[in-house]
Amino acid sequence: MQISRKWRQVVQLFLTFFKIGAFTFGGGYAMIALMEREVVDKRHWITEEDVMDIITIAESTPGVIAVNSATFIGYKTAGFWGAFFATLGVVIPSFTVIFIISLFFLEFKSLKIVSYAFEGIRAGIVVLIVSAAIKLAKFCPRDMISFVLLGATFIASAFFNVNSIYILLTGMVCGIVYQVIKVKNTPDKKGGDM
Amino acid sequence: MILLQLFFTFFKIGLFTIGGGYAMIPLIQADVVGNGWMELEQFIDFIAVSESTPGPFAVNIATFVGSEMGGIVGATFATVGVVLPSFLIILFIARYFMNFQKNFYVRSALQGLRPVIVGLVSSAAFTIGIANFLPDLSSFSAAFSHINYRGLIIFAVILLIHLKFKTHPIWLIVISAVLGILFFGVPEMLGWGIP
Repeated sequence: MQISRKWRQVVQLFLTFFKIGAFTFGGGYAMIALMEREVVDKRHWITEEDVMDIITIAESTPGVIAVNSATFIGYKTAGFWGAFFATLGVVIPSFTVIFIISLFFLEFKSLKIVSYAFEGIRAGIVVLIVSAAIKLAKFCPRDMISFVLLGATFIASAFFNVNSIYILLTGMVCGIVYQVIKVKNTPDKKGGDM
Repeated sequence: MILLQLFFTFFKIGLFTIGGGYAMIPLIQADVVGNGWMELEQFIDFIAVSESTPGPFAVNIATFVGSEMGGIVGATFATVGVVLPSFLIILFIARYFMNFQKNFYVRSALQGLRPVIVGLVSSAAFTIGIANFLPDLSSFSAAFSHINYRGLIIFAVILLIHLKFKTHPIWLIVISAVLGILFFGVPEMLGWGIP
């Protein structure tokens, strides 16, 4: 049976993103290098510049970077079904691994030695989260409003349990209002200095 | 119905997952721990599991909680829920709005989001740190007499290793586990009464 070119591509998308999904440990940025090798160098589905665009789009939209890039590249390469199977491919490996773990996790944790190990892990994990905060802070604009937003977010979330959704929406509104005011005050410079 | 509740809860989480999984810890914690689907301690432990397995945190916790609450069907509903918002949004952008990231309002909103995300991740680190190192917050003196010194030492050691050698997160977790066994397991086996 002759499979059309498009469907062969859909299958390739699925397999490629399955592989990417299987090797994405510890968050999205680690997978960018792998994605470049698979999608740009090996398959030539997209170019190096496209990857940069995709990363900025993935960062500015909801969702995790691995899933967003799969959807995006899948769509650009083979339309809706490309997007669908690329996304499915990137999710299936972790879905399978986590599902299997969930079957044994509680039993596993009731082992004495494992519970001691987790006492240590709970302390060590704080380092990873602190380091994530520091890494993200590097992409933060260095101005007064950012410091205020950062501090207000921390206090609202850590001490008053304010729902993160309201905090995120407030941040977006503040960002827009601030830039609009800035542009109005400098009419010759479109877009402000971002 | 639990399946729909799983789907919609994780749909909401997926819709607001901006800036990577750690920024979403307070949101996911509020929903998952708040709904009684997971204990706080279990939730923290799962962060470590998610770091050591493939896949992003938001997707992993959806699969895990879904499976605990409703088996393979629950896992599927929760995972589809968490992935669907970004799938639809990216499809829309890829089709109609290729210059999305260059749009003035999008860029401005992002400028406001960046510090908020750092604030949320810091808040997650703080909350989880407090839950670990000061486990009893019923009163000031109780907090002081129950400081988890061994946890603090492990934290300091891991922090030093991380800063000095830029070790991969998985190895940091492995070393933390070994230290946990040494600091918590060995004294207990030998019958030492360390607080």
